Amino acid sequence: MPYIPHTPEEIREMLDVVGLPDIDALFAEIPASLRPKSFDLPKGATEMAVRIAMERLAAKNRIDMVSFLGGGYYDHYVPAASDMLLSRGEFYTAYTPYQPEASQGTLQAIFEYQTAVTRLLDMECSNAGVYDGGTALYEALMMAVRHTRRKKAVVSETVSPIYRIVLATYTKNLHLDLVVVPHKNGLDDFEALSAAIDAETAAVVVQNPNFFGNVQDFTELFATAKAKGAVSIMSCYPVLQTVLKTPGAMGADIATAEGQSLGLPLSFGGPYLGIMTCQKPMIRQMPGRIAGRTKDGQGRTGYVLTLQAREQHIRRQKATSNICSNQALCALRALINLCLTGNEGLTRQAARSIENANYAAWKLCSIPGVSLLNEAPFGNEFAAVFPVNAKQVARTLMDDGIVPGFPLGRYYQGLENALLICCTEKHDRADIDRLARRLEKAL
Amino acid sequence: MQKDLLYSKTHEWVRIEDEIAMVGITDFAQEQLGDITYVELPAVGDTVEAGREMGSVESVKAASELYSPVSGEVIEVNDELEGAPEKVNTDPYGEGWLIRVRLSDEPTGLLSPEEYEELAKAEH
Repeated sequence: MPYIPHTPEEIREMLDVVGLPDIDALFAEIPASLRPKSFDLPKGATEMAVRIAMERLAAKNRIDMVSFLGGGYYDHYVPAASDMLLSRGEFYTAYTPYQPEASQGTLQAIFEYQTAVTRLLDMECSNAGVYDGGTALYEALMMAVRHTRRKKAVVSETVSPIYRIVLATYTKNLHLDLVVVPHKNGLDDFEALSAAIDAETAAVVVQNPNFFGNVQDFTELFATAKAKGAVSIMSCYPVLQTVLKTPGAMGADIATAEGQSLGLPLSFGGPYLGIMTCQKPMIRQMPGRIAGRTKDGQGRTGYVLTLQAREQHIRRQKATSNICSNQALCALRALINLCLTGNEGLTRQAARSIENANYAAWKLCSIPGVSLLNEAPFGNEFAAVFPVNAKQVARTLMDDGIVPGFPLGRYYQGLENALLICCTEKHDRADIDRLARRLEKAL
Repeated sequence: MQKDLLYSKTHEWVRIEDEIAMVGITDFAQEQLGDITYVELPAVGDTVEAGREMGSVESVKAASELYSPVSGEVIEVNDELEGAPEKVNTDPYGEGWLIRVRLSDEPTGLLSPEEYEELAKAEH
């Protein structure tokens, strides 16, 4: 079966109609210097040959390891029905649902997704999703900048370093002032954060649980921000929102999240899902698509893209963002997972993950020389401090089939001996006991 | 068509009383836009400049820029429009007013009611 839609004859015929000599002439607008010299692709091969080559490559991956890696991306269980439902052709092929009369299914799916994540985070509105948690956080910051017409952002150093790099990259040429408030032993420095919010501040940006796994209450900080006219933005971990105080309950104006933990495979880092929710007064600043439910002329329920005047197909230069694709399939996957797992299931997932992490922390701290970075409560992730370099320890254990966690020294100076260790419901006591035994041996 | 007003080519109207100008959009403009869902206005204390953008009007399927017909400082904004933007449709010269401006310059280049009527006819 040919996968290329046009024969050379058909291409010739089309070129004749528009009066061009060859395909290259279609790209005459692009100067030669900007065109790729070659795509560096090997010659075509048969399906079988490609498959065998890919399988050989895949076999080089080590998939037999026990991993305690978290850092914002979590290996939660995904119900088997998830793949089955997601692979329906209607969902796979759907693109932008600009024509509601022909896209009711896709629009309803987006609407239901928005409803689900809004409830999970205790917020009032959601968009259809953006690329990932980092992008969502940047877009949230831009919402605050537009809303307040201010140019400064106060960001806690406990926000994921990966997200902070995304913020710095995206805002590089935007004349924004990003003020990073240093962490105190893995915890947010509330005093310094409050003091940094002034009359120029568009937003205060925090994360819960923070990058070190610690759980904190930002209610008071958000009240301070409000009093000073700044927007409160929180990045959070969706699964844990079933058992923690939610961004909505703390008074966040915008809450974002990496949606990967809601049933998306880790898959080498993507594609993931950026969840964006906000309270109603900020909805006009929300980028991307928003699906709404309404009634048609005959009183029948229908789903539409709403508030479209924010979007770039209505007014390009004034659009709230130039994101015009959303992670529709990833958002749908999150929705399917939320529906299959349910409130109770998600709560159990969170509770079990937290239980495992607490057991691991207790187990590891009984090893001489190992302690926790701080005494604050944590969720399913915690930072442990070793008497030696954590990266070296991780290397040693990896040779032994265990990925013990994320060495914090990569992003935090002075924490070269600290390792971020995460548990989900997929770990069992035996995994954790093995980690403790191997670690004791390695120290 | 209101006889006591001046108009701009971009379909705003102006009512001037002692250095204070009240600004809105014309009946013709609201009709062209259709159901208005949102009005974005400058803030009190902002400076507006004649012919420069000062905000936007969103209707169900489009967004249009608003241009200030006069120069000066915004002293009042019609906050009612936040909750009830449809007032611009139902009463563009009354309850649907947009902003009040303390003039910094004598307005120039505005159209008389007759001139504006000609313009609206031509654009229809």
